[in-house]
Amino acid sequence: MRALFEPGFFASTPVRTALVVGAIVALASGVIGVLTVIRSQSFSGHALGDVGTVGGSAAFLANVSPLWGFLGIAVLASGTMELFGVERRRGRDVATGVVLGAALGLSALLLYFDTTSTSTSGAAVTILFGSLFTVSSDLLPALAGLGGGVLGAVLVMYRPLLLSSVSSELAAANGLPVRFLGVAFLVMTGIGVSLSALAVGTILSTALLIGPAAAALRLTRRPGRAMLAAGASGLAATWLGILLAYDSFYWPPARKGWPVSFFVVALVLVFYVGSGSLSSARSRRARGTT
Amino acid sequence: MARPGRRLLLADAVSTCPPGRHGEARAEVLALDGVDVWLSGRKVLSEVSFAIRAGEFTGVIGSNGAGKTTMFRVVLGLEAASSGQVLLDGESASHRSRRSIGYVPQKVVLEPDLPLRARDLVGLGLDAHKLGVPWPSRARRDAVDEMLAGVGATSLADARVGTLSGGELQRVLIAHALMSGPRLLILDEPLANLDIRSGQEIVELLAGLAHGHNVAVLMAAHDINPLLEVMDRVVYLAGGRAASGTVGEVVRPDVLSRLYGHPVSVLDVEGRILVIAGSNIQAVGTLEDDLGEHRH
Repeated sequence: MRALFEPGFFASTPVRTALVVGAIVALASGVIGVLTVIRSQSFSGHALGDVGTVGGSAAFLANVSPLWGFLGIAVLASGTMELFGVERRRGRDVATGVVLGAALGLSALLLYFDTTSTSTSGAAVTILFGSLFTVSSDLLPALAGLGGGVLGAVLVMYRPLLLSSVSSELAAANGLPVRFLGVAFLVMTGIGVSLSALAVGTILSTALLIGPAAAALRLTRRPGRAMLAAGASGLAATWLGILLAYDSFYWPPARKGWPVSFFVVALVLVFYVGSGSLSSARSRRARGTT
Repeated sequence: MARPGRRLLLADAVSTCPPGRHGEARAEVLALDGVDVWLSGRKVLSEVSFAIRAGEFTGVIGSNGAGKTTMFRVVLGLEAASSGQVLLDGESASHRSRRSIGYVPQKVVLEPDLPLRARDLVGLGLDAHKLGVPWPSRARRDAVDEMLAGVGATSLADARVGTLSGGELQRVLIAHALMSGPRLLILDEPLANLDIRSGQEIVELLAGLAHGHNVAVLMAAHDINPLLEVMDRVVYLAGGRAASGTVGEVVRPDVLSRLYGHPVSVLDVEGRILVIAGSNIQAVGTLEDDLGEHRH
């Protein structure tokens, strides 16, 4: 055990905070991610993460937690994307691209101000690539509320959301408010992406949103199980990532520890590749028995 | 055998089906009365009126862009008519009454990796509007199994919906649409992209629903021929206008020429109908008789 868990792992406050934050983020991202992939809105999800950079860098200038910047801008951007028209896939891509371009341009300016005002590059790295160890424990109640809110909303709207994600035509024919569901889901994606941006940064937030979901889709053909599997594999990636980052403190070259975001995203990739070989092994076995 | 608490049982519906396919006394399930529809400054439907009754199979025939989908969307309340009205069971259509229409849209594209089994999709036809997570229940499972069996899709129950063939998916979508126990089932081009054999199987399934289970089936197609043997009534759409009646009443050179605003001929080639532009071809006037013979 000592070899695995370095002394002081569970005693360290940043580690405990990171474990809790990581769990909230992984579960919310997993559930939202499955619906995002079903809706073929991975690009929108990625864009919502990226535009969070504007909010994060503005929040840094205003000296508040980047979470509030991520959230504000993600909700604003999802509204704008909806206004542009997300009904048709083409319209959605164009709207997303326009909003994304504008936001990243603004981010370039704000990040420049951030770095010049503090004369370090820390702000840019934290916002773009995140670090679970730097999340303040003061944020925990807010994070739990947001994560719980997203999960609760998905549970309550599970069936309407699922059918409208599978086919908006079928949902409309069933009398479901497709447009409302679309906006509601974009806002939920915005919140989910903001949470994961806080954990692994705006650029990597898609990895936590899409990766576990994509792996889960290969392993199960049931929507509920896919959400559970995505949450579980995201949780495993986050917690193992935290552990490895903690253990990496004495690793070369700098002996200062490797960034936790690297481990989390690398593990997500490992799980994704693993799910591929697992599902093809499974189908080989199925073919062999018939 | 009827168990309570289930809204549609294929087996039960048979007993409620009155004898005779053309019973005039049957109630009108759907009626359109002088419906005009404008879409982005263009008049898409003009003065469309027709009625269909329980137990009737009605084909909506028209080429691409004739307004078939628009007409369905108006019936479903997804598009507003600028004038005229839509009546369901004799009453002006409301959000509530429209919910009881079964609808199979055109071109439902489902990715192969979608984590959704055929039985999940059929189950959503029962309760997609309900909040909360569906708890697995014996009754729900039985209802889904029974419906899948009714459309001949039992073996597909656990397949991912995105991996089904065109004909298989149509069966599952029909089962989905039937779960709410609709008296009116609308299908938008269900035969598009189907091979001849699966197309014919779908037509037979739908004809069984109409004639055997008293559902009013309204189905769009661009080709009238696959439906000729089962169709009780046709709604022919061209240039935004509609003509309706039996095949013999509607598919005639004079009626169709008026509808198209251009002279057309109707040819009968061994029981199959060809509608061709131009009036210089010797039209066959005895279509009704030929059809009658063909049916025997």
